[in-house]
Amino acid sequence: MKKILRRSSFYLGLLLFTMFAVFPVIWMVITAFKQDGDLYNVANNPFIYNLPPTLKHITFLFTHSSFPTFLRNSAFIGVVVVIITLLLAVPAAYSLSRLVGHWGERSGIAVFLVYLIPPTLLFIPLYQIVSFLRATNTVWALILVYPTITVPFCTWLLLGFFKSMPRELEESALIDGCSRWQSFLRIALPLAAPGIATCIVFAFALSISDYIYAAVFVSSTAARTVSAGVPTELIRGDIYFWQSLMAAAAIVSIPLAVAYGLLFDRLVKGFQS
Amino acid sequence: MATLELRGLKKYYGNTHAVDGIDAAIAEGEFLAILGPSGCGKSTTMRMIAGLEAPSAGEVLIGGKSVTHLPPRARNVSMVFQSYALYPHMSVLENIAFPLKARGVPRTERDAKIKWASAMLGIEPLLQRKPGRLSGGEKQKVALARSLVRDPALFIFDEPLSSLDAQVRTMARSELRLLHDRTGVTTVYVTHDQIEALGMGDRIAIMQHGRVRQLGTPQQLYDQPADTFVAGFLGSPPMNLLQRGGRIIGIRPEHLLPAPPGTTDDQSFELQVRIKRLEFLGTDWLIYGLLETGAQGQKVLSKVSPGIAATLQEGALQTFRVERMCLRFFDPATGSRVDDGPR
Amino acid sequence: MARADTEVRVSLGDREGLLGTLMLAPAFLYIAALVGIPFFLAIALSLSSATIGDPHIHGFVGLANFAHAMHESAFPIALRNSIIVTCATLILTLVLATAESELLVRDFRGKWLWQILLILPWAMPVSLAAVDWLWLLDSEFSPLDWLLRQAHLLGPGTPWGPANHLYYYGREWLGLGAITMINVWRLLPLATIIVLAGRTAIPREIFEQAQVDGAGFFRVLFRITIPALLPLLVVAGMFTALLVFGDMTVVALTTRGGPGYATQLLPYWAYLKGIEGGALSEGAAVALFMFPVLLAGAVLALRMAYRADSN
Repeated sequence: MKKILRRSSFYLGLLLFTMFAVFPVIWMVITAFKQDGDLYNVANNPFIYNLPPTLKHITFLFTHSSFPTFLRNSAFIGVVVVIITLLLAVPAAYSLSRLVGHWGERSGIAVFLVYLIPPTLLFIPLYQIVSFLRATNTVWALILVYPTITVPFCTWLLLGFFKSMPRELEESALIDGCSRWQSFLRIALPLAAPGIATCIVFAFALSISDYIYAAVFVSSTAARTVSAGVPTELIRGDIYFWQSLMAAAAIVSIPLAVAYGLLFDRLVKGFQS
Repeated sequence: MATLELRGLKKYYGNTHAVDGIDAAIAEGEFLAILGPSGCGKSTTMRMIAGLEAPSAGEVLIGGKSVTHLPPRARNVSMVFQSYALYPHMSVLENIAFPLKARGVPRTERDAKIKWASAMLGIEPLLQRKPGRLSGGEKQKVALARSLVRDPALFIFDEPLSSLDAQVRTMARSELRLLHDRTGVTTVYVTHDQIEALGMGDRIAIMQHGRVRQLGTPQQLYDQPADTFVAGFLGSPPMNLLQRGGRIIGIRPEHLLPAPPGTTDDQSFELQVRIKRLEFLGTDWLIYGLLETGAQGQKVLSKVSPGIAATLQEGALQTFRVERMCLRFFDPATGSRVDDGPR
Repeated sequence: MARADTEVRVSLGDREGLLGTLMLAPAFLYIAALVGIPFFLAIALSLSSATIGDPHIHGFVGLANFAHAMHESAFPIALRNSIIVTCATLILTLVLATAESELLVRDFRGKWLWQILLILPWAMPVSLAAVDWLWLLDSEFSPLDWLLRQAHLLGPGTPWGPANHLYYYGREWLGLGAITMINVWRLLPLATIIVLAGRTAIPREIFEQAQVDGAGFFRVLFRITIPALLPLLVVAGMFTALLVFGDMTVVALTTRGGPGYATQLLPYWAYLKGIEGGALSEGAAVALFMFPVLLAGAVLALRMAYRADSN
């Protein structure tokens, strides 16, 4: 009896937390398929379809808005940022964990602190740098600045990864005839593959998520990302295209959530080191 | 195969002297065991020989040539790590092939070598497996094959048996020594287990606080320990060290035997001991006693056969006798042996 | 038999110190160029008279920008609001994260699915999350208002009536509450993950021992769990605080600081002044007001890290 009580209170707690997390998302998904007549009637129960659901607003999103452009820009920026991030963060993390002595191994928190410097502190001088480089209103402005967010984060993540890898494996490679560089390429790098995969997901997600830089550095629709483009394009003055807004948000967020969710345990481990 | 020589080898980490001046010369084909408690500097010494750690001072010579400033790969040493350090993302075959590939050995020669090494260790059936699916003993053999396959000048073993089960360990010990005899490669074997060192080494270097306390054959070390540290470290249980007058007397427990009183002669030395406890060890009995003559209250240990043990009683006062030639004498101030026996 | 490896040449790849420096250099230089320099540029800007129209730093005006910013009526409000929102989010997030980690430390069926659902708010781009909440708390069509009306808590003749709507973003305290709620919602997953990292590291035996000793749930929680979690609670708190304090996206897309300046926050005000208003230098000055708080957080974090290392 006590056991049942315990179990049910456990699931009740879990359910409450989950409801808090997903209620806004459920509301978002419900809205995306509603007809105008249904949505804008205060008397209606907002949680059910009083009129049959419609795909009209999703079609609108893809055919009559710049959403496809935003998606393309976000994807392009994401891919390039991921590549830059890996090229910078993987060698840096390996160097800190193995090659530059004790202070390197302990630099984890310091590296993460760089990630925590908020864009709001930096966006004004960065805006000047970007305009100095004549990169405003192009995707390259964002490609230039996003690694300031992703490199510290991924270096920190990989630092923990390399530190947890047994040193003897690389030392064994050194004795077996590799130079330090070769042992990094042939032993450490393949073994860090799960960590690198995690970095790819996060670098991509972080570059999609940014709003401030995207809003400040880019004002032309052609170069906008999803994060900055959706709120500006689909909110015109007082007119809100709610269903399309919600559909756009859902289309971007749900795949990201799945990727994050599958990496949940790895993140927990990342904070243990 | 090659000789190995260490000249004044030192390693400091800040103010800690991990290795504090080691000189040693190891002959071609010799099996040297480095023995010592944890933190004695034996691992650091080994890592400097392998090139994984740069010495603060001193030189390492392999085959007469200084390798002090060469990276590990240029020293032609091979090493079996305590954890075996098998590459988890490669199959057993790829693991064994790795040192050959890294050195650019041609394919046909490579295949022949792998075949030879895996046959020697009897691991042909395992070649396609991943290391994660091997037992401890199998991993050890794969690690051996990987270090064997490229004719190293020097073998380094870092406690290679410590992660094996007790039953497998005895077998592995003799197999390892036989392998050495067959290949004849100069070997440095680091261990904290004196049974391994005594049983396998041609010579043993006993280390403490970053220095070699004694370097010699197992018999020399056991019979003529250079100082109280070696005397108190080797043997199980180790030598009784008794304060007597201005000297420390060392008596091996197996030399300290009960005797009927009044049978003293010039050749032996007697002690009155209160027996505290008798402990059965299988083949032997261990006797825990307290000294009642000389420096009273000192603890002494004696190891006797079951037949003798049957005549003893806990709590009884018993005379123990040692042959005088089995006594060793040490200077209490320096710990060094001071009798005139051979060193 | 023995092959003398005289042919091995010592190359760059063997020299660990140099290799380490070279591998670290690109990331380090990049961060120095695009985080370090902008940071000092921010300081220089805040002491100058630069505007969007004339962005060069030549006119040195000392602390005039700071003085000017502080005398505007919006500044004390924005500062107060930033502190209130940060503190409220911090407390709520830590309490909830501790509770949630207590649930997630167990194993149960379909855990991965729950994890996906629970992590969702953090995975969403902040701007889209803010738009979602903008609609969820819409002045006219909020489903929460509808639920409250159904429960007869809202509307004519009810405790919160007589209006049919709460106008979340149109009132000072409801607006700040909404902003706090959105921040708690989006940062709870991150805080939970951090706390959970500490929670799973506590050995089971300690809890079993406590159970054998007859300690009740709350005793175990306050005497064992929370003290053991403390280091990571501080880390989680620091992350939460810095991410909330530095964020302008939520306020920019929901209340927009309104009504008036009632829900203005420091970073958004810096944005409004510096970019929208064109006074780069004053914007930088406002942004720099956040720095002491951030620095305090950083020092605290480094101390914690140092203490964790020495243990």
